[in-house]
Amino acid sequence: MSGFNKVVTSYEEAMRGLENGMTIIAGGFGLCGIPEGLINQIKTMGTKQLMVVSNNCGVDGFGLGLLLEDKQIKKMVSSYVGENALFEQQLLNGELEVELTPQGTLAEKMRAGGAGIPAFYTATGYGTPVGEGKEVKTFNGRPYILEESITGDFAIVKAWKVDTYGNCVYRHTAQNFNPMAATAGKITVVEAEEIVEAGQLSPSEIHTPGIYVNRVIKGSFEKRIERRVTAKEA
Amino acid sequence: MALSREQIAMRVAQEFKDGDYVNLGIGIPTLAASYVPDDISVMLQSENGLLGMGAYPTDDAVDADMINAGKETVTAITGASIFNSAESFAMIRGGHVDFTVLGAFEVDVNGNIASWMIPGKLIKGMGGAMDLVAGAKNIIVTMTHTDKHGNSKLLDACTLPLTGVNCITRIITDLAVLEVKDGAFVLRECAPGVTPDEVKQKTKGALIIPDEVTEMQF
Repeated sequence: MSGFNKVVTSYEEAMRGLENGMTIIAGGFGLCGIPEGLINQIKTMGTKQLMVVSNNCGVDGFGLGLLLEDKQIKKMVSSYVGENALFEQQLLNGELEVELTPQGTLAEKMRAGGAGIPAFYTATGYGTPVGEGKEVKTFNGRPYILEESITGDFAIVKAWKVDTYGNCVYRHTAQNFNPMAATAGKITVVEAEEIVEAGQLSPSEIHTPGIYVNRVIKGSFEKRIERRVTAKEA
Repeated sequence: MALSREQIAMRVAQEFKDGDYVNLGIGIPTLAASYVPDDISVMLQSENGLLGMGAYPTDDAVDADMINAGKETVTAITGASIFNSAESFAMIRGGHVDFTVLGAFEVDVNGNIASWMIPGKLIKGMGGAMDLVAGAKNIIVTMTHTDKHGNSKLLDACTLPLTGVNCITRIITDLAVLEVKDGAFVLRECAPGVTPDEVKQKTKGALIIPDEVTEMQF
């Protein structure tokens, strides 16, 4: 049964095999639900020329923004970027390339990539700069563009609880892109708040079945909040 | 007189029906949530994966794992559900969201919208806007009728890169409520104290003024 035990005990082990020029698919929305320790490990490794597929690129000094400091990212595929000054600077300098992708198309590119579907048609982006140069096909009188799916050499995922077999549960809106990212990596690494023994999570509550997961590590998370907004006291 | 942001939001909220699922963009659209009439319920969808978005949390209820699409801390209402991004956009792209309300730089007589990119300025991305305009059943654009230089934002053809094509049917501005129909804007309502003539002067795209134009009611 130990063949199903995915737990690793060091970040070195968790990200072993990551090389220059690889593609990483990362879960998270803004700073919510990001694998903080795995990102830190990529920074420590100093791997360069990376293509990173993630809805956003963190902020200055936190999350994926950390990988900009030593110019580790060559290309970002994201729906919304530029929350950080370094990103803007590297983009304007031509040191960083960005492929802006509609958020739903990005989620579907990961989902389809992980599901073995190489491309799909969507109405999103038709007639806009996103649709330029893409095949158009009409279904029931409406034009759709062909979008190609994405897979990664690595997927880095943040879960709330994971069991030793890699079955994952996410918490609240920290779920976001993580389940799709988990399916789309050749090597999928899950960093979780808590690791439990197989059997301790109900099979019905699993969001990501362990079959998609190669390595599991227990992390500790700062969980920085990007925009703390509270109700005015009555 | 031109409406305030709050008044535009109040007028937007009148469009909602009891039981509608609604996605509100950042800015004036989000304000509309505060003016939903007491006798109806709508459920707000936040595209990062929350259906049933509630108010901002109290200080002691702030949770880093509970945010909205604007990355602000939020709460969930009774009956809410939380899901992944693909599921969230299945709702949007599959036409299950009843209403989308969003802002725009320009809208034209063919229902095209430009809302995400001004060439020469830093481009931050479209987020979920292209999915929303391609997928929602009803889309309402809220914006000021003219830009700060007095140029009309309602045009015969958008000049900026598009967010979506042939998708806008209703526009609520600080001056008027308009429909987009058969290659023209059709004036339906004027803000109190605003005349159809003033709307015509400030609308660059083809405008039809029917016999009956009502005054907005609040």
